[in-house]
Amino acid sequence: MSQLTHEIREAARGLLRDGKAQVVIGFEPGSLPLRSRPCFIRKEKDIERLVWSGFCETNVARYLPKRKGKVAIVAKGCDSRALVELIKENQITRDQLVIIGVPCEGMIDRRRIEAEMGHELIVEAEEKEGSLVVRTADSEKILDRKEYLFEHCKACTHPTPVVYDVLLGQPPGPQEAIDAFSDVDAFSALDREERWAYLVQETSKCIRCYACRNACPMCYCPECFVDATQPQWVGKSTGLSDTIIFHLVRAFHLAGRCVACGACEQACPMGVDIRKLNRKLQKDVIDLFHHEAGCSLDEVAPLATFRLDDPEPFMVEP
Amino acid sequence: MIESGQWEPKIVAFLCNWCSYAGADLAGTSRIQYPPSIRIIRVPCSGRIDPLFILASLQKGADGVLVSGCHPGECHYLTGNYSARRKFALLKSLLEHMGLEEGRVQFSWVSASEGVRFAKVVEEVTARVRALGPANKLLKKVPGGLLDVSTHP
Repeated sequence: MSQLTHEIREAARGLLRDGKAQVVIGFEPGSLPLRSRPCFIRKEKDIERLVWSGFCETNVARYLPKRKGKVAIVAKGCDSRALVELIKENQITRDQLVIIGVPCEGMIDRRRIEAEMGHELIVEAEEKEGSLVVRTADSEKILDRKEYLFEHCKACTHPTPVVYDVLLGQPPGPQEAIDAFSDVDAFSALDREERWAYLVQETSKCIRCYACRNACPMCYCPECFVDATQPQWVGKSTGLSDTIIFHLVRAFHLAGRCVACGACEQACPMGVDIRKLNRKLQKDVIDLFHHEAGCSLDEVAPLATFRLDDPEPFMVEP
Repeated sequence: MIESGQWEPKIVAFLCNWCSYAGADLAGTSRIQYPPSIRIIRVPCSGRIDPLFILASLQKGADGVLVSGCHPGECHYLTGNYSARRKFALLKSLLEHMGLEEGRVQFSWVSASEGVRFAKVVEEVTARVRALGPANKLLKKVPGGLLDVSTHP
């Protein structure tokens, strides 16, 4: 049992016993190796189910909008940023929440591990000090966990929760400076038609299952624009035009709100590069409006406010 | 337009009720000539523009979209155009990032007294869209030709 798992259980035990929370939202082991699943612990006897591993990638903030009562939640950096946004958008109150902050080392993309193991059945996986021991029926590999992180984890700027009531684990050391938006710049540098072709290639895979929307902690509208029928804003087909517009508007609705947790991409069954558009908006919001989502409880959402001198170089001036 | 035999773009223009629509009206009553390429849709405020309106226009066969509102500081609702400006900045950048031609979607400020300016804006926007040619990237192709707009209220 890892140290963090132990600490999470102890924290949860204390909170449930003292009545500071009616439910603890955390993770339990999945039924297969390389998996975990969110769990809701309400009784002390269930606390032993809680674990922490490199496969707790689900953004559990998803379960919070409009929840009643006191809730304790095990939050990594990106989860905590989603919490900040949800609190600001009045989906949950800060008083209701007990945030158990967990510093995150990045989550492991199991699809990469599966590819590395030649898609053979993995029977066991164990994390040890920065490496990952993976076993199939007749082979074993020791992998460097850093190499198999999700893309968004590699570009993560806030691995430590930005808001918490208790912070578990070791206080993290200073973070290496990373160029978080090098991928956006590289894409911008491509030829226009190449960019369009890439977008077409990616959106053509989409089957409009809306798993990305359902997994997103910031998508909580009672009626999504794609479900509205009076009037029907976007066609329901998987034709290119409808699909691209779906992806554009989905990304736009997350402008200045997206916390880069990667939940959309993890949920996608077709491997669509969903975050391409979100990333661009994220960068633009930082460049133009100097706002990074989910970092402060006091800052107003960038599209809910304005400055008199906002840039407008794009206006037609005859 | 068909008269000249030359292709002319179809441009959807979302004009705010208080400034740009009145500006277009003034251009008309003052008999100022401008290209007949625009189809005006009157909206209460440029802040009313949802990016989806712009995308839906392109999907349904527009070659370009113009959104125009009151100059900053002159909004009838005081701040609608400021909020709109932030949305436009992001939308324009996003559309170009994904590979849509620069100039398909354009924004301007035209006040109620600027009939001449309105005509010039339309001329410039039309010239840019004409140079780009017909838009087809977001166009929804349906069997039997273009989408029948009349079936979409």
